[in-house]
Amino acid sequence: MSGKPRLTYFNGRGRMEPVRWLLAAAGVEFEEKFLETREQYEKLIKDGELMFQQVPLVEIDGMKLVQTRAILSYLAGKYNLYGKDLKERAMIDMYVEGITDLTQMILMFPFSPPDAKEKNLESIKERATSRYFPVFEKVLKQHGQDFLVGNKLSWADVELIEAILAVEEKIPAVLSAFPQLQAFKRRMSNMPTIKKFLQPGSPRKPPPDEHYIENVMKILKM
Amino acid sequence: MAGKPKLHYPSGRGKMESIRWLLAAAGVEFEEEFIEKKEDLEKLRNGGSLLFQQVPLVEIDGMKMVQTRAILSYIAAKYNLYGKDLKERAWIDMYVEGTTDLMGMIMPLPLQPSDTREKNLALIIERATTRYFPVYEKALKDHGHDYLVGNKLSWADIHLLEAILMTEECKPDILSAFPLLQAFKGRISNVPTIKKFLQPGSKRKPPPDEKYIANVRKIFNF
Repeated sequence: MSGKPRLTYFNGRGRMEPVRWLLAAAGVEFEEKFLETREQYEKLIKDGELMFQQVPLVEIDGMKLVQTRAILSYLAGKYNLYGKDLKERAMIDMYVEGITDLTQMILMFPFSPPDAKEKNLESIKERATSRYFPVFEKVLKQHGQDFLVGNKLSWADVELIEAILAVEEKIPAVLSAFPQLQAFKRRMSNMPTIKKFLQPGSPRKPPPDEHYIENVMKILKM
Repeated sequence: MAGKPKLHYPSGRGKMESIRWLLAAAGVEFEEEFIEKKEDLEKLRNGGSLLFQQVPLVEIDGMKMVQTRAILSYIAAKYNLYGKDLKERAWIDMYVEGTTDLMGMIMPLPLQPSDTREKNLALIIERATTRYFPVYEKALKDHGHDYLVGNKLSWADIHLLEAILMTEECKPDILSAFPLLQAFKGRISNVPTIKKFLQPGSKRKPPPDEKYIANVRKIFNF
């Protein structure tokens, strides 16, 4: 038992990717166990490893943590990425929840039927450019600081850079009307721990391809 | 300006009900401004009160808080219903995410066509009795305490009671195989603040009826 957090999930982004981002940004090394077959998944359930029979699972500090938000909140708290007091935490939570609503659309996109894909892509673009990105553009403009909350790197900044890059993969010019976010993206991408995570060979996972989707659907019997 | 928290939402359960439960359980009096027509929502949006153009909105401690989880986390921490340390908070978060998933299945039922609704109702009953309730039954059995986490009332207990009552509305004998949850239900319902909330005339909202659903569809345009 190495003492490093251990992540159990499919070998792809899905709901585990924000966890990988947060650990990486905090400079925390971690191990990964990849779910590749239905049998592996059923064994995890049978052995009582998964509180609600679901992954993500993160083993850390003697706990088997499940539920993405619970995992992320714990990590943010542990690694000082959750603000200095209750009010900063509230701001971080609000921002993270908004960003999560956007990234949820991207997460579900590959599972939508082929005839719905074009419409869903339009929805992602519309929501990103008219509901979510304007909020963060305004926040950064108003306080003129490098980070969203409390002039210090927090979970909210890590979620935002992840979301920006994920949306850009689908809509390359999505930041064209958001100069503050463009600068934010550059700044965050150059932070040493994040820069390292963005390089080849890191635990960062590629966007889901058809093979990945098929495998997930097989393992989860979707 | 201290004042009471002010809740903005239609006059029904939806995503605001868990917030009403938590405030009530904490013994916190609050005000409500009901969104009754589309114009009420537009006014909030145009006034810049809604960070992501959505309700729930809770005005509390000088903040205009949105995003249900952010609001609930803030209230839980402020009123000492979030455990004593990071690890207890993680357990509370995990439990709450589970009951959120369960209640999240029940909430959209009235919006669904009757054949989908029947299928989903069966799934809810299956999930409640094989995925969710066994977890809480076991937690109570393992430590033998009155409350889920840290031998003290927390957000997790309040949320579980809400979920139990909501599931019972779907199937009255849903707890038949869960003796400890039956006892838990009795105990938590008798906590003075919660007992008061469960009485007629409190701010607790009834299950949605057709009139409420029709109005909500009009207000939110779906």
